[in-house]
Amino acid sequence: MLKRAQALFLSLLSLVVLLPIAGSALAESSASQLNMPQGVTEVSQAAYDIHMIMIWVCTVIGIGVFGFMFYVMYAHRKSRGAVAENFHEHLGVELLWTIVPTIILIVMAFPATTALLKVYDTDNPDIEIKITGYQWKWQYEYLGEGVKFMSELRTSDDEVYGRAPKGEHYLREVTEPLVLPVGKKVRFLVTGNDVIHSWWVPDFGVKRDAVPGLFTAGWAKTDKPGVYVGECTELCGQGHAFMPVVVEVKEEAEYNAWLANKKAEAVEYASTIGKEWTAEELMTKGEGVYLQSCAGCHQADGNGIPGVFPAIKGSPIALGPQIGHIAVLIDGVPGSAMQSFADQLSEVNIAAVIHYQRNAWGNDVGDVTQPIDVLNYKQSK
Amino acid sequence: MAHGPATLADGWRAYISRWVFTTNHKDIGTLYLWFSFSMFLLGGAFAMVIRAELFQPGMQLIRPEFFNQMTTMHGLVMVFGAIMPAFVGLANWMIPLMIGAPDMALPRMNNLSFWILPFAFAILTSTLFMEGGGPNFGWTFYAPLSTTYAPESVNFFIFAIHIMGASSIMGSINIIATVMNMRAPGMTYMKMPLFVWTWVITAFLLVAVMPVLAGAVTMMLMDINFGTSFFDAAGGGDPVLFQHVFWFFGHPEVYIIILPAFGVVSQIIPTFSRKPLFGYSSMVYATAAIAFLSFIVWAHHMFTVGMPIAGELYFMYATMLIAVPTGVKVFNWITTMYKGSLTFETPMLFSIAFVILFTFGGFTGLMLSIAAADMQYHDTYFVVAHFHYVMVAGAVFSGTAAIYYWLPKWCGKMYNETMGQVQFWVAFIGFNIAFMPQHFLGLAGMPRRYADYGLQFADWNMVSSIGAFIYGGAQLMLLYNVIMTIRNGKPTTEEKTWEGAEGLEWTVPSPAPYHTFATPPELK
Repeated sequence: MLKRAQALFLSLLSLVVLLPIAGSALAESSASQLNMPQGVTEVSQAAYDIHMIMIWVCTVIGIGVFGFMFYVMYAHRKSRGAVAENFHEHLGVELLWTIVPTIILIVMAFPATTALLKVYDTDNPDIEIKITGYQWKWQYEYLGEGVKFMSELRTSDDEVYGRAPKGEHYLREVTEPLVLPVGKKVRFLVTGNDVIHSWWVPDFGVKRDAVPGLFTAGWAKTDKPGVYVGECTELCGQGHAFMPVVVEVKEEAEYNAWLANKKAEAVEYASTIGKEWTAEELMTKGEGVYLQSCAGCHQADGNGIPGVFPAIKGSPIALGPQIGHIAVLIDGVPGSAMQSFADQLSEVNIAAVIHYQRNAWGNDVGDVTQPIDVLNYKQSK
Repeated sequence: MAHGPATLADGWRAYISRWVFTTNHKDIGTLYLWFSFSMFLLGGAFAMVIRAELFQPGMQLIRPEFFNQMTTMHGLVMVFGAIMPAFVGLANWMIPLMIGAPDMALPRMNNLSFWILPFAFAILTSTLFMEGGGPNFGWTFYAPLSTTYAPESVNFFIFAIHIMGASSIMGSINIIATVMNMRAPGMTYMKMPLFVWTWVITAFLLVAVMPVLAGAVTMMLMDINFGTSFFDAAGGGDPVLFQHVFWFFGHPEVYIIILPAFGVVSQIIPTFSRKPLFGYSSMVYATAAIAFLSFIVWAHHMFTVGMPIAGELYFMYATMLIAVPTGVKVFNWITTMYKGSLTFETPMLFSIAFVILFTFGGFTGLMLSIAAADMQYHDTYFVVAHFHYVMVAGAVFSGTAAIYYWLPKWCGKMYNETMGQVQFWVAFIGFNIAFMPQHFLGLAGMPRRYADYGLQFADWNMVSSIGAFIYGGAQLMLLYNVIMTIRNGKPTTEEKTWEGAEGLEWTVPSPAPYHTFATPPELK
C-alpha cells in the first residue's frame, strides 16, 4: 500500500514538473503501470520501441522549446526592466525551423515504417483463428479444427452494481479464454457480427477492428506462456466495457491436450442433440442461458426496456407458435438489435432458452422445445 | 447614428425584439457567446456525470446505456454547441472591428445563422427524454451502431446535425463575404490581423466539409428509414465507408476548432510582449498549409480498421508532416515573446498555457501519427488525453483568453485582475490533474468510452475525476468573473485597454459603440 501511495505521490509530482520525462522514468520503477507494456511478441516490442523513440525525441524537443520559453518569460519581463525590441522576421531562422523538423520527421519515418511492416507481416501462419465480435462477447473458431466457442464476461452483475465485493479479476475474467500454444505463429482473422468491435491484446500489440462484412488480420507469436488480458476498443453499445479478451498461452503439449479435449467435447455434444430432454432439464438450462445471453437487453424479469428492447413476458412471439419463436432466434430480426443466435448458441441452448422464455414469468405455453426441433429448422433453411 | 439599441428601459417587448430581430454584428456576437457558454456548461455537466461515474470501478450512479448517452452528448455539445459557436461569436464581434467594416456583409443571414442554433440544440437535448434515450453511439456515430442499432431518437439527432451544419455554412459564407468585400481602404490581405486570417481559412474549411457531414448523416437517414444499405454489409454496403466520409469531415473539423484559437493567441501574445508578431507571413502560410494538410490525413483515425499497408504508410507520412507548420507557429509565438517586454495579465497567462499545453498535445499527436504505435494507443484514454490537450487547453483556453482580452472593449468595464488570475490557476491545475493521468491510463490499457473498468485503473481514474471537478469549478468562476465585470467592473473608457495592443479594434471607444466604422477608418 505504501509503495502504491508513493507511486501515486511521485506521479502527481510529475504533473507539476514537466511530464513525459517523469512519466516514462516512473514507468520503469513503479508498481502501478504508467507506460505502454513491452508485451511478449515482436509486434508489441516494435510498437514499444517506436513509442519510446518518439517519447525521447519529443522530450528533447520539449526541453529545448519550453526551456527557451521559460528563459524568455524570466529574462524579458517588463518588471525586470525589459524594453521591447521591434524585430518581427528573420528568414534564416524561419527556414531553419521549417527544415530541421522536416529532417527529424524524415529520419523518424524509417523506424516507423519498419515497425509497421512488422505489424502487417501476417503471412505463413501455423494456426489460424477466426475471431467474431458479438454484442457483447467474442467467438473464437480454430479454422480447420472444428473447434468453436463463445467467450463471455464472467464477472457477475452483483459485482458490477456493488451488491457483492469485487473480485481480484474484476472485468478481466471470461467464461472460456482463447488458448494458444507457445512458439507458433498465429494469425487472427477478425470480423464483426453486428456492430463494429475491436479486438485488442496489449501484450501482443494486436488491435484489429471487428467490422461486419470485412476481415482484418493480425498476428502473434510468443515464447512466454501466461494469461494475457485485453479489451474491446470500439464503442459497441451498452456492453462495450463488459467484453474483455482473455488469452491463455500454453506449452505446446498442454495446448494439444486442450485442443484434443475440445474436439472430443464437440463430438460428444453432437450426440446430445437427438436426445429427448425433459421440461425440467430445459427449464434449468434455459434460465442459465437466458441470464447469460438475453437478460442484458430483455432484462432478467423478461420485461425488456420500453422503447429500446421489447418485453418477452407476454409477447406475441413467446406466446405464439413454436416455429415462429425458433425463427426469431435463428434468423434474428433484420433492422433491429435482435441478432441471429444460430452461430452463437448451440441447438441445445437455443431449445432450452426458448422453452424457458415460453414457460417463465407467467408465460404459460406449456409446450416443450427440443434441440432436434431447432436443428430441423436450421436444416430446412 | 440612426438609433441606439433598445434597452430594458424601453420595455421588455422592445428589448426582446431587439435580440430576436437584430442584424447588428455586436449583438449577434454577444448572442453567440452567451449561447456557447450555456452549451459549455451543459456539456460540462455531462462531463461531470461521466467523471462521477468513473470515480470508482463498478457502476454506482448510472447505467452503461445512459453513460454512452453522456459521452456522446458531451462530445456533440462541446464541439458543435460550445467551441464552434464561441469562435463564431468572436468572429462576429471582432472581424468587422478589426478590418474597419461597419458590420458583417450579410446581416440578415447572420441573424438566421444564429437563431436556428438554439432550436438545433433544443432538439438534440430533448432526445435524452425520449423513449429509448438519446444518441448513444459516440460523437463519431460510427455505423452500424448509429443506424441499425440506434435508438429511435437518431432521426432527431440527424435533423439537429443538419441545422447545425446549415448554421455553420451560413456563418462561414458571411465571414468570407465580409473579409473579401468590406475591408477598409488600405487594409490589404497581408495587413489583416491574424485572427481574421485564421477565420477566413477556417470558413473555407467549413464550407468545404460541413456538406460532407450532411452527406454522412443523410446516408444514415436513408439506411434507417428508406431501406438503403450504404453502411450495411448485409445489403452490400460498407461500415468502413462511413468512417471515411465522417473523418473527411472530422479531421478538418478539428482544425476548424483550433485555427481561430491560433488566431486569438496570435493577437494576445504580441500585445503583452509589446512587440509585433514574429513571422506574420509565415504564420499565414503555416495556417494555410495546416488547412490543406487537414484534407489529406483523415484515415489516421482509422489505422486499426484494416487498411492496406500502402494506405497506412501514406496517411502516416502525411500526418507526420502536420508537425512542420504547427511547429512554425509555436516557434513564432515564442520568438514574439523573445526580447519583448512581458507582462502576465490573465489573457497572457491563458495564452502561454495554451502554447505549452497545445504543444504537449501536439507531441502526443505526433506519437499517435506513428501507425505501429497507434495500434496500441488507438481508442484508449491516451487518445482522450491527447485531444483534450489540444481541444480544451487549445480551444477553450484560447477562448477564455479572448474573453478576458476583449471584455473591456465589449462592455467598457475592466475585470478584476486578481480574480482572473485565480481563475487561471484553478483552471490550469485542474485541467492537468484531470487529463495528464489519462495518458497513463491509456498506455496502461484503458479503452475510451468505458462505463466501467478493471481495478488496476482505479487510482488514476480517481485522480482524473478530482481534477475534472476542479476544472469544472473553474468555469463557474469564469462565469462569475464575467457577470461581476458587467455589473460592478471598474469602468474603462480608454480606446486602448492594453498598453501594447495594436489594431483597429483599439481605435474605437470602450465600450464599442453600437455602430462603428460607419465611415471607413484611415489606415496609416
